Amino acid sequence: MLSRAACSTSRRLVPALGALGSRQKHSLPDLPYDYGALEPHINAQIMQLHHSKHHAAYVSNLNVAEEKYREALEKGDVTAQIALQPALKFNGGGHINHSIFWTNLSPQGGGEPKGELLEAIKRDFGSFAKFKEKLTAVSVGVQGSGWGWLGFNKEQGRLQIAACSNQDPLQGTTGLIPLLGIDVWEHAYYLQYKNVRPDYLKAIWNVINWENVTARYTACSK
Amino acid sequence: MLSRAACSTSRRLVPALGALGSRQKHSLPDLPYDYGALEPHINAQIMQLHHSKHHAAYVSNLNVAEEKYREALEKGDVTAQIALQPALKFNGGGHINHSIFWTNLSPQGGGEPKGLIPLLGIDVWEHAYYLQYKNVRPDYLKAIWNVINWENVTARYTACSK
Repeated sequence: MLSRAACSTSRRLVPALGALGSRQKHSLPDLPYDYGALEPHINAQIMQLHHSKHHAAYVSNLNVAEEKYREALEKGDVTAQIALQPALKFNGGGHINHSIFWTNLSPQGGGEPKGELLEAIKRDFGSFAKFKEKLTAVSVGVQGSGWGWLGFNKEQGRLQIAACSNQDPLQGTTGLIPLLGIDVWEHAYYLQYKNVRPDYLKAIWNVINWENVTARYTACSK
Repeated sequence: MLSRAACSTSRRLVPALGALGSRQKHSLPDLPYDYGALEPHINAQIMQLHHSKHHAAYVSNLNVAEEKYREALEKGDVTAQIALQPALKFNGGGHINHSIFWTNLSPQGGGEPKGLIPLLGIDVWEHAYYLQYKNVRPDYLKAIWNVINWENVTARYTACSK
């Protein structure tokens, strides 16, 4: 299930109950800014491919997988349902992750958070600098494709940093509520930074949308 | 353990037993052709980054991990040994896979194998194709068949099917 902050941009309104009896498909959310808006930190070519090709493919493949899953459910075909799980996790996770990611970035981003989120970061990591260093290290250290995350541990009431492989969604995999994600799949940076993932990590801090991250934190920490 | 076909290109000769008491490190094998030799199917920029940066990093990190593993073994530290397993698998696997991959490709490649069934790896990490093919992995797959070194793949099969 997409988080509130993202879901209004990614689904068309659901028709009146019983109207058609069919659920709406997932749709690619619009980017909140132009493809070139994050330059020079993330270039326009990457943003265009990343959004209109990669994310679009996750959405399209998710819809196909869900349709097949619905048929398998109706037939009571458990084997088919299980066989569909990887496609649902991969494409569903990809759609969730990228929907969050676009909102985590902004041309007016950068700097540091303020208020409650900053206090929580200082409490749980010691300082903003230490938090930034840790999330950077975890993201750079992902082996292969995956994401670095700042998440919220609801049970323990604290912030936590985690990494996920491939498109595994943070909440579904670890239970942590996603606040800020860093895509370290090569398609997220390779055209601009080549093999030098650390340079991409340095640059992305300039476009982090702390207002959005704070809003996510506020929503889940009540 | 690297396959015979690759190992002569990836390790320097081991010194006479007992000479130094230390094993040779892994080294980056030379590419059997120039970086631009597989154009237009895989471009020179990809080949150069893929070989001299990505594969080189696997070799370097493998040597570091093996050195730490040797220390852990000598101390009888099982916890440390287990902790090192992912790094050994990732970097060791990367070194093995790419050592095979370079020999599986050739500027004189393409066509079809004769007779025996080949053994062949296709790297589909994004770094292997993105600069040229972007998100369209299928186009890279179409192109790579033009540079498959069937001589090498057949030699591998022959060597392992005896």
